[in-house]
Amino acid sequence: MSTLINPVEPFLRTDRMPHIWCPGCGIGTTVNCFARALVESKLPLDKVAVVSGIGCTGRVAGYVNLDSFHTTHGRAIPFATGLKLANPSLHVVVYSGDGDLIAIGGNHFIHAARRNVDITVICVNNFIYGMTGGQVAPTTPVGATATTAPYGCFERPFNLPFLAESSGAVYVARWTSFHVRYIAHSMVEAFQKKGFSFIEILSPCPTLYQRRNKMGDGLDTMRFYKQRSIIKNGARTQDVDINLQGDIIVGKFVDIERPTLQQSMDQQLRQTLKDRYTGWGGA
Amino acid sequence: MPDAPAAPKARKFRGQVFIDWNRCKGCGFCIEFCPPKILTFSDEFNNHGYHPPYLTKEEACTGCDLCGLYCPDFAIFGVRVPKEG
Amino acid sequence: MTLSTANPKSVLTGAHFLDGDCACGEGALAAGANFAAGYPITPSTEVVEHFASRIPTVGGVFLQMEDELASSMAIVGAAWGGAKVFTVTSGPGFSLMMEHLGYAAMTETPLVLVDVQRGGPSTGLPTLPGQADMLQARWGSHGDYEVIALCPNSPQECFNLTIDAFNLAEEYRTPVLVMMDECVGHMTEKVVIPAASDIKLFPRRYTSLSPSEYLPFRPGPDGIPEMVKAGEGYHIHVTGLTHDEHGYPAMDWHSQHKLVGRLVGKIRDHTDRIARWEERGLEDAEVVVVAYGITSRVAERAMQMARAEGLRVGLLRPVVVWPFPEKRVRELAPRIHAFVVVEMNYGQMVYEVERSAGDQARTLLLGHGGGAVHEPEEILKVIREAAA
Repeated sequence: MSTLINPVEPFLRTDRMPHIWCPGCGIGTTVNCFARALVESKLPLDKVAVVSGIGCTGRVAGYVNLDSFHTTHGRAIPFATGLKLANPSLHVVVYSGDGDLIAIGGNHFIHAARRNVDITVICVNNFIYGMTGGQVAPTTPVGATATTAPYGCFERPFNLPFLAESSGAVYVARWTSFHVRYIAHSMVEAFQKKGFSFIEILSPCPTLYQRRNKMGDGLDTMRFYKQRSIIKNGARTQDVDINLQGDIIVGKFVDIERPTLQQSMDQQLRQTLKDRYTGWGGA
Repeated sequence: MPDAPAAPKARKFRGQVFIDWNRCKGCGFCIEFCPPKILTFSDEFNNHGYHPPYLTKEEACTGCDLCGLYCPDFAIFGVRVPKEG
Repeated sequence: MTLSTANPKSVLTGAHFLDGDCACGEGALAAGANFAAGYPITPSTEVVEHFASRIPTVGGVFLQMEDELASSMAIVGAAWGGAKVFTVTSGPGFSLMMEHLGYAAMTETPLVLVDVQRGGPSTGLPTLPGQADMLQARWGSHGDYEVIALCPNSPQECFNLTIDAFNLAEEYRTPVLVMMDECVGHMTEKVVIPAASDIKLFPRRYTSLSPSEYLPFRPGPDGIPEMVKAGEGYHIHVTGLTHDEHGYPAMDWHSQHKLVGRLVGKIRDHTDRIARWEERGLEDAEVVVVAYGITSRVAERAMQMARAEGLRVGLLRPVVVWPFPEKRVRELAPRIHAFVVVEMNYGQMVYEVERSAGDQARTLLLGHGGGAVHEPEEILKVIREAAA
């Protein structure tokens, strides 16, 4: 009988286990989905690069057994842009959290979507800055408390699928960490999609967001996701705002075609320079 | 007239789970989302002080691996095992 | 290490009339740069404009990013994809790039960062020169790290030193700065670009070890690790956190000493090889003028005027400003009266001169706020005072 191993194991840096995530945190769950998606999509693993920023989700890069880059806060996307342009044969996946990608990284997020850089961005949204102790994030719902909004958040949060779509993303999906099979399926689609693909995955942060807002633990939150999620594939992204305890619209919202940054660049330069253009296949 | 439906085929596969006892952090996801509901918290502690799960009815496990897919600590996985004989 | 030669396709061999910015761009092309990201900022923009116009016919990419934060990080990403990279900026953008200068130092990513200095602080004088980023070049990012910085004083040097910067970046697996100033950047002079076969390039130190043998941050005997790029099956991990030889986060004081001590030592232990300066008239000098960049051109004139008056004046021009040529200053100090440091700031490199000279010689500063170069007469006045 052959030795059976956990399907996720070949994708982990087992010499770095156990990881630092809290009991009931959903990030590890998303990593299982990621591993399944890599198997299913049959991507050559030597050509997959994971780029992350700073934060709890940012630690994913350090735990996956792939070329992985733990960059500075907010700057995973520009790093990924440079990496992809320098080696277009790479499948570049940005794997980071809501604060990292959308607050400090917000500018880079919208420009990469605008340019349609051929990367997959996996945004684990726990509505909080977890690593640093539970500060408010641009996704924190109105009324929720955080250490830097101790009397309740009063800023309207971003609707991430709407932000992604309006910036130009060609693939936009949202799931919760309850929707494991859907996450894996979306990841496969996103990997195969040419252009800026964005997957938002809601996840519990039991230690900080859930606890401070009396929402129970990780399991309670997963039950909440199961109960309150409504799958609406093709929903209008402007309608999928998340409120504190309201319904959560999940699904695949956007799946369109348009030229990637590389394609637009090649096309434009070839058109203008004609034979003088030396197309560059990477370093 | 169509034939009467055949008797349901006997299940070909049995499932089995493997638990990395000391990786578990007792979050309860696997227990909650196991479709035949055959996982539960054990009474023993692992070296971190958590109660890892155990399979209550081994013959009812289908090997669907949903437990593995949910586990954020990579502490459990399920496989389909062909029935002997 | 066997040096390679430049790709003839990228080298504009011949004698040209170029400004410093364009010469710098040509230097990058000659060095084989194939990826640049940047953001417009006066007076540096011409470097990337020039590169952007040339690179599509050579082979490579220029992308204008949304800000300097993105530019400085995109080049790091591209370097790990195997590209030879650089970016260009001036004061305000230089400040924004500091975090990634530190990230590049910490991850030992070879890259070139050009700062065409202008009047500061803040928005300052976008179109006029300054030399007030010199200490920032050394200390601008947080934490302990060493940096290599070169300082051209002519468009020809903008070309030459940019190539040197790329070579140093590869040799020491470190970010290297080219500290130009608006005057040198915008002055037009003859620039001779040699044949590609005469341009020697230090190749990237890629490992020949297999993935099972290779450790990304295990140093060689010279303290420098071999490099790989993404996509080759090494499954590396690169992080800005303090890390061990695997590249894994190792956040304890022992790992910190080991890693950061090595990063600092990488440059410090090789200062004798890296340091470079130009000297004139030091054999019998009683007063030594220390100047760099455009100021050194004016200082040379002042030196000639002083010599004509019979004053025994020499000129010491750091070409590599970091690491600072403190050994040479220390050697000169006992046998001269004074150093006269002339710089377009209120005192930056003077501290290095003063520190190196100790109490063996006086150190005088002739600084000013920038916006215009010194007059030779003002320098001459101070030389006379120093000689008295």
